[in-house]
Amino acid sequence: MSAGLMHAFVAVLRRDLLLALRRRGDSLNPLLFFVLAVTLFPLGIGPEPQRLAEVAPGVLWVAALLATLLSLDSLFRADHEDGALEQLMLMPQPLSVLVLAKILAHWLVSGLPLLLMSPLLGVVLHLPEASFGALFLGLALGTPVLSLVGAIGAALTVGLRRGGMLLSLLVLPLYVPVLIFGAGAVAQAGMGLSYAGQLAMLGALLALSLSLAPLACAAALRVTEN
Amino acid sequence: MWSFFYKLASPKWFYELAGKLLPWFAIGAAMSFALGGIWGLAFSPPDYQQGDSVRIMYIHVPAAILSLSVYTFMAITAIIGLVWKIKLAHMVSANAAPIGAAFTAIALATGSLWGRPMWGTWWEWDARLTSELILLFLYFGVMALRNAIDERTTADKAAGLLAVVGVVNVPIIHYSVEWWNTLHQGSSITSLARIAKPAIHADMLWPLLLMILAFKLFFVTVLLMRTRNEVLDRERRSAWVGELLETRDGV
Amino acid sequence: MPQTRISSPLPARELAVDGLACERDERVLFSGLSLSLKPGELLLVEGQNGAGKTSLLRILCGLAEPVEGEVSWNGRAIHSQREDYAAELFYLGHLPGVKLDLSPEENLGFVRSLRNRPSREQILAALKAVGLYGYEDQPARTLSAGQRRRVALAGLCLSDAPLWILDEPFTALDKAGVAWLQDCLSSHLERGGLIVMTTHQALELGRQVRSLAL
Repeated sequence: MSAGLMHAFVAVLRRDLLLALRRRGDSLNPLLFFVLAVTLFPLGIGPEPQRLAEVAPGVLWVAALLATLLSLDSLFRADHEDGALEQLMLMPQPLSVLVLAKILAHWLVSGLPLLLMSPLLGVVLHLPEASFGALFLGLALGTPVLSLVGAIGAALTVGLRRGGMLLSLLVLPLYVPVLIFGAGAVAQAGMGLSYAGQLAMLGALLALSLSLAPLACAAALRVTEN
Repeated sequence: MWSFFYKLASPKWFYELAGKLLPWFAIGAAMSFALGGIWGLAFSPPDYQQGDSVRIMYIHVPAAILSLSVYTFMAITAIIGLVWKIKLAHMVSANAAPIGAAFTAIALATGSLWGRPMWGTWWEWDARLTSELILLFLYFGVMALRNAIDERTTADKAAGLLAVVGVVNVPIIHYSVEWWNTLHQGSSITSLARIAKPAIHADMLWPLLLMILAFKLFFVTVLLMRTRNEVLDRERRSAWVGELLETRDGV
Repeated sequence: MPQTRISSPLPARELAVDGLACERDERVLFSGLSLSLKPGELLLVEGQNGAGKTSLLRILCGLAEPVEGEVSWNGRAIHSQREDYAAELFYLGHLPGVKLDLSPEENLGFVRSLRNRPSREQILAALKAVGLYGYEDQPARTLSAGQRRRVALAGLCLSDAPLWILDEPFTALDKAGVAWLQDCLSSHLERGGLIVMTTHQALELGRQVRSLAL
């Protein structure tokens, strides 16, 4: 990346983080949703530690997935509504790089807090001690993938009035591999098995989505902002 | 080669060519359906374990194969439409989606029916059924996105992009589901994918191949019919459609 | 009002449009549109509501794709030189792209930092020029509609782009703002810049204006 491009990347990142900071209330919503959704499970299926421990990997991952999905709708919408997206598309830098900066900002605001909160929720759900490493590392590799892949869906639905429901239909099927490998790693770890393979798969998914998703997003925005 | 390519891309030329080809595909589909269907349902031997319920295979397997290849086809035509800006390719892609979704739904329904005698339940989280279910959602996504966007060219491109993103993900989803399935079920349950494969007897293989051919010809027939309709709809303001309608009315 | 613009001459550029056609919802808005614009020229796009003025401007920017035809900048198609073209273009659409949670200074600073990266003094001077002195660190939320548009227009003072494409730039401006913008436009043309715009305001630029009726 040239110095000019790096500068632009940082400028977009800083602006989006600053905006998130100014709207702290909105930015915290995904995290609150995550905590709340996880809290509902013991109420729904009973407080027996063993049963909770059994479903904990799936519950934590599904909740993280839905929390990310909830936050995606706002990724491009505000910029679309006030015209900032048009301006971004007419910048002398490749749109994919600027979009990647936006996605990184989105992950720092919505994905990272989930990651940091996850061990605490693991404790609440009686997750076996051996699983915590797999949960944390899995979410560290997996939540960026959720942001990247979800951004494509957000870009495709940005101009639509009822984009929210549609967005989940577009994005959730694409989340299946992340969910399987992420929750699978936690479950494997809980049984005392190696989970390096699942983490490697998550890493591969991250590399793939990191290289392709920004391009797909940029292409999608050029189509939907038409 | 290229001139042929662009000529084919002209809606009028496509409309006429498709009209000429259509009866042949339709006849081919009807004949192979009849032949494969009768052979498979009446004359092929029952399975030594499953008995007559194995005959669901003659519908389930072709539908499952087609559900996946139609998705790929949809993505390829979408790429052609996006890269060379050919409207016709988008129309073909758009019309392949509901047919593919129907095949997927058939594969799911027959898989569930087949599962009842085999596993004793209507639904088993079998690798193929799970993959088919997710594939159905992928189809729904493409169709829903196209419906949600009012501007046709924008809808074409957006749905096309989504189909391309989907087709990149299909093998990943398939692989992850296979892995998930082996993790959770081991080999206690015979998965649907494993029945048809190992050393299938020729008396079962031939009707199955005929049925696969029948499904493919049926797909082409329906696709041509649907796309011809869409060509007329989109080109309704053009001179040639006007002439066509006049001659029709005259008759 | 103080003159803060960079007043060196601009590079000589040419905008050309060839056989452009645009459809919206299967209705042809215009077709076979060809023209070229040279340094120092202003093209005023006129027409009724719904005639396709905004659509044309968005096609000229490269935001929208024409059904037929091509837009070229300095002899090359704009879609084959997207980033180079963007560097020489200043576009103001219906929506000013001003973030309500950021101050005018932050708004302007961000947009310009992706372009020619002016200093803080230059940014403050530009805001002063559009009459936002004293408002530079308030959230844009507290400003009036006209003031928000001025934030975006302040970018004109800092722009070294030869081509300005402005969609109704006079909207919501008061008398002083209109005078300032007229002044701004004529000095851009003097420097050898090109302008394509729509407006309902009578232009008094002291020079010939080309107009295009859609």
